[in-house]
Amino acid sequence: MPTIAVDKAALFKALEREYTTEEFDELCFEFGIELDEDTSQSKKPEDLAQPPQLKIEIPANRYDMLCFEGIAMNLRVFLQKEKLPKWTLSPPPSGKLETLTIDEETSRVRPLCSGVILRNIKFTQERYDSFIALQDKLHQNLARQRTLVSIGTHDLDTVQGPFTYKALPPEEIEFIPLNQTKKMNGKQLMDFYEKDKHLGRYLHIIRDSPVYPVIYDSKRTVLSLPPIINGDHSKITLNTKNVLIEITALDKTKVEIVNHMLVAMFGGYAESIEPLNIVSPHNNESRESPDLTPRTMHAEVDYLNQVTGLEYSPEDIASLLERMGYTVSPSKSDKNILDVSVPITRADVLHQADIMEDFAIAYGFNKLPRVYPNKSAAVAAPLPINKLGDIVRFEAAASGWNEVMPLILCSHDENFAWLNRKDDGKTAIKLANPKTAEYQIVRTSLLPGLLKTLNSNKHHAVPIKVFEVSDVGFKDLTQERKTKNERHFAAAVMGKTSGFEQVHGLLDRTMLMLKSAFVTREEGLKNEKLEGYWIEELEDSTFLTGHSAAIKINIAGKHHTIGVFGILHPSVLHKFELPYPVSTVEINLEVFL
Amino acid sequence: MPGGTRGPVPVPLESSNRNANVTQDVLDLLDTKQPLHTSEDFPSIPQPEIKAALDRLASRSMVVYETRDEEQVLLTGEAETIVEEGSHEWKVWEVVKREGKVGIKELPKLVGADSAKVGQGNAFKNKWIKKDGDSLVPVADEVKDTTRDILQGIQDTKTLSDAKLLTDLKKRKLVTLSKVISYTVSKGEKYAKEIPVEVTDLTAEMLASGEWESANFKPYNFNALGATQNSGALHPLNKVRAEFRTIFFNQGFVEMPTAHFVDSGFWNFDALFVPQQHPARDMQDTFFISDPPKADKPRPDPDTEAQLDAMEAGSRRLFASSAKRDTKSRDYEQYFQDIKKVHQDGAFGSIGYRYPWSEDECLRLVLRTHTTAVSTWVLHRLAEDPRPARYFSIDRVFRNETVDATHLAEFHQIEGVIADFGLTLGGLMRFLEDFFSKMGIEGLRFKPAYNPYTEPSMEIFGYHVGLGRWVEIGNSGMFRPEMLEPMGLPRDMRVYGFGLSLERPTMIKYGVSNIRELLGHRVDLEFIKTNPAVRLDKN
Repeated sequence: MPTIAVDKAALFKALEREYTTEEFDELCFEFGIELDEDTSQSKKPEDLAQPPQLKIEIPANRYDMLCFEGIAMNLRVFLQKEKLPKWTLSPPPSGKLETLTIDEETSRVRPLCSGVILRNIKFTQERYDSFIALQDKLHQNLARQRTLVSIGTHDLDTVQGPFTYKALPPEEIEFIPLNQTKKMNGKQLMDFYEKDKHLGRYLHIIRDSPVYPVIYDSKRTVLSLPPIINGDHSKITLNTKNVLIEITALDKTKVEIVNHMLVAMFGGYAESIEPLNIVSPHNNESRESPDLTPRTMHAEVDYLNQVTGLEYSPEDIASLLERMGYTVSPSKSDKNILDVSVPITRADVLHQADIMEDFAIAYGFNKLPRVYPNKSAAVAAPLPINKLGDIVRFEAAASGWNEVMPLILCSHDENFAWLNRKDDGKTAIKLANPKTAEYQIVRTSLLPGLLKTLNSNKHHAVPIKVFEVSDVGFKDLTQERKTKNERHFAAAVMGKTSGFEQVHGLLDRTMLMLKSAFVTREEGLKNEKLEGYWIEELEDSTFLTGHSAAIKINIAGKHHTIGVFGILHPSVLHKFELPYPVSTVEINLEVFL
Repeated sequence: MPGGTRGPVPVPLESSNRNANVTQDVLDLLDTKQPLHTSEDFPSIPQPEIKAALDRLASRSMVVYETRDEEQVLLTGEAETIVEEGSHEWKVWEVVKREGKVGIKELPKLVGADSAKVGQGNAFKNKWIKKDGDSLVPVADEVKDTTRDILQGIQDTKTLSDAKLLTDLKKRKLVTLSKVISYTVSKGEKYAKEIPVEVTDLTAEMLASGEWESANFKPYNFNALGATQNSGALHPLNKVRAEFRTIFFNQGFVEMPTAHFVDSGFWNFDALFVPQQHPARDMQDTFFISDPPKADKPRPDPDTEAQLDAMEAGSRRLFASSAKRDTKSRDYEQYFQDIKKVHQDGAFGSIGYRYPWSEDECLRLVLRTHTTAVSTWVLHRLAEDPRPARYFSIDRVFRNETVDATHLAEFHQIEGVIADFGLTLGGLMRFLEDFFSKMGIEGLRFKPAYNPYTEPSMEIFGYHVGLGRWVEIGNSGMFRPEMLEPMGLPRDMRVYGFGLSLERPTMIKYGVSNIRELLGHRVDLEFIKTNPAVRLDKN
């Protein structure tokens, strides 16, 4: 969620009253934003050095509250200090719009462009700073770090329309970037900003494209190289009167949302909002931009009342919704329908559910009638594998073992090489983008976690007895998700002696509790009908030679190998940096379901 | 059957034990002298040993004793020398008198530098000697060495009643004060010249022989802990999990089949109306799977289906009626296409996000970022026979977070879902009030919030008495129509969803400030072993 810092005194002036920190916090809470910090209560030198600020957290879908103007406006409307302004377009007196023509080549890199002109805008330092900061917030959030949308703003009086939006090989684009003195071409520019902390992270968006997007005026002055940087020539200043905004994008919906936000937040400082004539015949995107007509939606009175548990008349609903910026009139044709005009600021409103929520906010969430949803009785049931797992957990703890909960993710080495196991490539689920080597795969065994736990607890007196009942994951191409979990039970004992008979005893105890009798191997193999478990010596490189065994079981006439136990090989101890002998047991619990 | 290997263990037995001797010495002396004062009668035995012996006897009512706290005046090393050799001034006077005349520069050689310095001045002041040019000559024939006498007195009595003088001597570093504990001991009601033979414990043999009747039992020490139990322990987080499961079961919730860590973008995001450009789908936030490469499109899953059928059998039996229920089989392809449509073009009363929706993105495999992915699957199944239902899950979820004190790449999500007709938002609040009251959290506040798959969305705040402020304790809302209607659920069926992490309430409840001390392999086993049973409704 973005956090916006606004000047406290200026905001309270806009809201026409002083608030204590608690009162303002309460207002934010009711409206659904969050007061993160009031710096007048801070003792940090950097906070004391400037006028008090309110740092406000804004929900990720409220692009209309990413600057002082938007927060002040929405709260003023909510507090009924004003109605939400209506934004309208005014063509220039000459009637002739500025034109921006989009070249078909741009579809190879960044196909869409929109824009608007703000005439006779009056900047102050605060407004100017806010204007720049809003663009940055929009770039970070809605525009996904400029990948989807990027904004360029220009002093219209320094350039000469008509404008063109082209895509050209980088070497052919030459200009002086914003706040630089040296002319450079597109390729040089990439090198120049490579190490730049701020701009460096955007270069990848176009760097490898054969053509770079560029906006020219009629004299071939470069306005900008979206989404990286504007030209120095047309930069706006505090004294700029007429602002040309161009917005390039990959996403048709978001480019217009951004346009709407800029107009709604800063159109109020301008004498007029002038549309731009966009010429883009190759993709049917020729139009006058922006379109400031509010969207019309229908909302059902019944629905709004039912979900909130209220019984409000259409008129009362309409007046509450006005506080959230809507213009509402009961439909003439249907008593149950409200015609809701959704302002350009409210891109987040997609469905009448959104209108219903705003109705509830305007009424006050915490005042809504609270009726217990006891419509029907229900019958509880535990998931069978969890029930089984809990039985084993309780029995292990009752036998004197301590439950641990290591992580599911681990490194490839911990799961394979350190246990002297080979990765056949068909077993483990591998992660594409871990931040550290600790999280490379989903574990296929509980052993790495147990051994890491022993390692972290080396300072305790031995013997240490630990166990875990949890899931491991495997590739399974027969599944929709190409993977499956398996519930395992594993235990490890570290002591001065191997503890082999300890894990063996725990296995016997667990089997007894799961009603599986011990049979000898001969009995088990001879008599198909004899249910129970037996153990068979097994060579397994995880364990000391001659000191490991497979655990076999016959359930309903089917033989399964459910696990292994043994004394860990000293090389495994070495890898996990364990100073004492360790014995482990691990079984798959799924067969007992 | 006294003595022998099978008899009761007599006390005292070990003659090598000094304690035992002290015990006997006290008994012996008491026989002839009463009361006795340990500081006088046993001056050389250290106080702790005396105390141990007296306690042993007192616990058997053989003696009674009182503790005396006394302050003693002790001589310093310098003062002890004075007592032995005389004061500095006396030494000066003595040598001057003996020699008749001593050069001032010679004096240190005769009496030592310290005595020469201090003693000369005092001897002048006492008018014992006087200066004669560069030399010293005697004045008094006989002198009385008061300093030495006073110190001698202190050495004998260890006291000094003149407070002013005491301060002066302390300042001159001739004496120090120290606390001395001593005891005044008298016979107790069971006094005897020897400790009788005692038995430490009741044994089967004593029961058989009847010896227990006359046996003299050793008193039990009630100030010590009992024997350490060779106990195992369940993990604190799982203990909290068990409490939550009980709360859910009491409310009639069915546990959801969450046993798959990997899910497709479809179930984890798209079906929840999370747009494909949403920040949560960033490489920075979500673990994507590189192998296996890609999920199948959603399709029937008979195994999981059968599991849920079995769990819900009880409910179906209980509420069975003669009226035949219409069931509508699920069309997975239709669902898939409707999800695409509701994102890309808008549908079901929504204008949608209006962006080009990608099937590849939808079928990418991820480590589930929330168990709501499973709730989605379960709700889609519910569309076959839409009926009131309650589901919950508590299981592991994954986020590609940078690890710090409050964030791990893994944690547990507690999730609850209630589907019913005609649900209201206030009803959800009421439910949550009840739910959290079972954890001892009363008086919730709800803050409007944003969540792509719920509308309305509410953050749940509870007042934390310890922290003295409102803290966010969970998230909740009603699932969006864009999520429910493509599943085929009827429009008037509404679904509450709420969730919280298992770790956060546990950390708040038990004052754990670092999540790594609670989950993962770095957790200290001592914490696991000694963590009390979890009773969320208590304290």
